Amino acid sequence: MRSAVIVFPGSNCDRDAQVALNAAFGRPPTMIWHGEATLPPHDLIVLPGGFSYGDYLRSGAMAAQSPVLRALRDEVERGVLVLGICNGFQVLTEAGILPGVLMRNAALKFVCRDVELIVETSASPFTRGYEAGQVLTIPVAHHDGNYFADAATLDRLEGEGRIAFRYASDDNPNGSARNIAGILNDRGNVLGMMPHPERAVDPLHCGTDGRAMFAGLMEALAA
Amino acid sequence: MKAKVHVTLKAGVLDPQGKAIGHALESLGFEGVGEVRQGKFIELELQETDPDRARAQIEQMCQRLLANTVIENYRIDLEG
Repeated sequence: MRSAVIVFPGSNCDRDAQVALNAAFGRPPTMIWHGEATLPPHDLIVLPGGFSYGDYLRSGAMAAQSPVLRALRDEVERGVLVLGICNGFQVLTEAGILPGVLMRNAALKFVCRDVELIVETSASPFTRGYEAGQVLTIPVAHHDGNYFADAATLDRLEGEGRIAFRYASDDNPNGSARNIAGILNDRGNVLGMMPHPERAVDPLHCGTDGRAMFAGLMEALAA
Repeated sequence: MKAKVHVTLKAGVLDPQGKAIGHALESLGFEGVGEVRQGKFIELELQETDPDRARAQIEQMCQRLLANTVIENYRIDLEG
């Protein structure tokens, strides 16, 4: 299991991801700087949370133009698994790798707390460690997590089983359309999500519901 | 050649920041303020001197970076 974490100027969850991946896979991930134009072979690439390029212009907009993103597109085409968490999700939408956009939270406040997250599908390498309908407790920490896409796109995502996670309907922290917290690309090898599974893998995190994601990924890649 | 680009939210896209600005104006005592929408204004200097080519170039910039066309419209004004 060869994993990597992309590091942008302003990333701040790259170390959290590093620790979680190391614990889950028993092997530290490669940390890859945003200026790299080529990516060595990996099974899983994580785009971590943070404020890449200071959120200039729009969250994720600058990172989406960085050299490493061009290389990442080739890896996505090749079927390599890519997980974008929080700012990583914003980068994937800005790059057009995932549809829609993460807008400013509806209540305009930075939200940092645990949320109830419903697993919508277990039919992906990222969610196979969970049961559909399972309710998880995972933290969110973001200012721009309000998922928006036009109705046709939302219908398509739902119809194709590409909603990976939703916020519990009474626990939507940011105003996201249809309570969407995480989505898959059409091929199912890219997941973008606002909540932080890598911050829920150790008893000291006050919860370990994120562990099954990494355990599931391990299984998927071993299969 | 100078260009001014206005990036605004599309109609129908909620603008909580615009709403908050509207409320703040109200609380300052400004009456009769209707809907408030917030956008971005970007000034560019280009070497290009042909207006058509300049516009085409900025159009590309808007599509690829300056605006997120999922939620935003843009308007290009050229000067000089």
